[in-house]
Amino acid sequence: MYEKTLAEQSRLLASGDCSSSELTAHYLDRIARLDSDLNSLVSVSTEGAAAAAKLADARRSGGENSPLLGVPIVHKDIFCVDGGKTTCGSRMLEEFHAPYSATVVSKLSDAGMVTLGKANMDEFAMGSSNENSYFGGVKNPWQRDCVPGGSSGGSAALVAARLAPVATGTDTGGSIRQPAAFCGLTGIKPTYGRVSRYGMIAFASSLDQAGPLAATAEDCAMVLQAMSGFDERDSTSSANEVPDFTANLNDSIAGLKIGVPEEYFSDGLDAGVATAVRAALSEYEKLGAKLMTVKLPNQNLCIPAYYVVAPAEASSNLSRFDGVRFGYRCESPVDLEDLYTRSRGEGFGAEVKRRIMIGTYALSAGYYDAYYLKAQQVRRLISDDFDKAFSEVDVVAGPTTPTPAFQTGAKTDDPVAMYLNDLYTVSANLCGLPAISMPCGEVNGLPVGLQLTGQHFDEARLLHAAHSYQLATDWHQRMPSGIE
Amino acid sequence: MALTTDDIKQIAHLARIGLDDSALEPLRDDLSTVLSLVEQLNAVDTTGVDPMAHPGNAVLRLREDKVSEENRRESLQAPAPQVAQGYFLVPRVIE
Repeated sequence: MYEKTLAEQSRLLASGDCSSSELTAHYLDRIARLDSDLNSLVSVSTEGAAAAAKLADARRSGGENSPLLGVPIVHKDIFCVDGGKTTCGSRMLEEFHAPYSATVVSKLSDAGMVTLGKANMDEFAMGSSNENSYFGGVKNPWQRDCVPGGSSGGSAALVAARLAPVATGTDTGGSIRQPAAFCGLTGIKPTYGRVSRYGMIAFASSLDQAGPLAATAEDCAMVLQAMSGFDERDSTSSANEVPDFTANLNDSIAGLKIGVPEEYFSDGLDAGVATAVRAALSEYEKLGAKLMTVKLPNQNLCIPAYYVVAPAEASSNLSRFDGVRFGYRCESPVDLEDLYTRSRGEGFGAEVKRRIMIGTYALSAGYYDAYYLKAQQVRRLISDDFDKAFSEVDVVAGPTTPTPAFQTGAKTDDPVAMYLNDLYTVSANLCGLPAISMPCGEVNGLPVGLQLTGQHFDEARLLHAAHSYQLATDWHQRMPSGIE
Repeated sequence: MALTTDDIKQIAHLARIGLDDSALEPLRDDLSTVLSLVEQLNAVDTTGVDPMAHPGNAVLRLREDKVSEENRRESLQAPAPQVAQGYFLVPRVIE
């Protein structure tokens, strides 16, 4: 069953060929057998999942037949789930029990999805390799000495190993798309505001978005559909009407105008990745799409701008972790100052501390204009570049990452080397644009991702374009070995 | 941009993050490296460019001024390290 896509499983559940209880038990068994090696899950809800599956089967017997009813899912451990732990990959929240569930979790559970557990992740979503988790690193199922990417590394690894047909992730600078690319999956970051952030532990409030990681674009479309929509409880939630993402998946994409920025194919890009991406673009031409060169003159400023904006927002968001109302509290604090400094010093990991400090510096008196304000102005320039590109093309294409998955430990000494993984992904977050990554090749046995960035609220077009590619190719059907 | 360990201490104080002395130099090196990355922003002239704080130039939505939440103090305080009579307890602040 694990070899089937979510869409196929949905059909089998609908036809009665399989029950949610059977499917859930199948995945719980796989998790028990295979995850000790991968470390992709922080917690497993064996009883909760069995109960939810039983409830889904009962709902189905009662006449319900929605597409996600009874389908299992794992949530990135950044989503609050009432009744269980939400650790955010950190010692700071190691024992945290959220008093409410995230809107994303509630919507998917109302749709009948069965939560199997919570996925491991880089601490507070800060990282590109899942090497920054308090609960240990995650292995890439394709090559066990390589990273799965991050920060949604657990989500990507577990779906790649088929321990669940889909997992939720979050993406602030590429944290859905980059691990999807490293693990041979399809992952989509929707338009900023498309999916509610209520109950999703905040990293950078103007950049964060939730989205699914799955084997196919169709699977992503089905889950994103249920995740999307206006939420009263999220002040940044968009009222933009959510179209049916699955409605036109099978239409032809002839005439689709794909912009390819010359700036993407430069020194930092691995030759094997470049070859695979160009081959994928040729495939799109065969399907009737038109390739055009576009210019993104400020592309080289994306990483610098992001690494001011994101840490600045993080320093603000993470100031709530002070040992007072929730989370880790140090032993025997002598005064309030000691309570704050030791709870935070002991509760946060190294990368989190680094980023909070960068952000604090960038926002501090005397430096605000030079760093934060400057970065926000550059952000405007980057956004204008994309607006200009979209006046000529429908989507912008390129590699998702500059290299395939790297070896564990290869980039931990140099924070900037790690940050450069996000070269092609951060612009979508800075501009609030939707972007999707899909598998398009392999380099030395490791998956390569093709990224398409779309206009605001144009997820349907991205999913359609990805699905069309997947009808004509089979990269998305490949699975790592050793996961039987 | 070269930071000093005194800068690191000051930043850590602003961020209320306790650091061991042994952490100061590595952090100074790491932060200096990141600031060098970030200084690339100075390569472009942004005179007159309107800063972008938010994608889609969103404006904060207002809601109707009527009560919509129920009192859930007990469950909301359940994750707290120390609570008494509805208050969050911290070490004595005033002598």
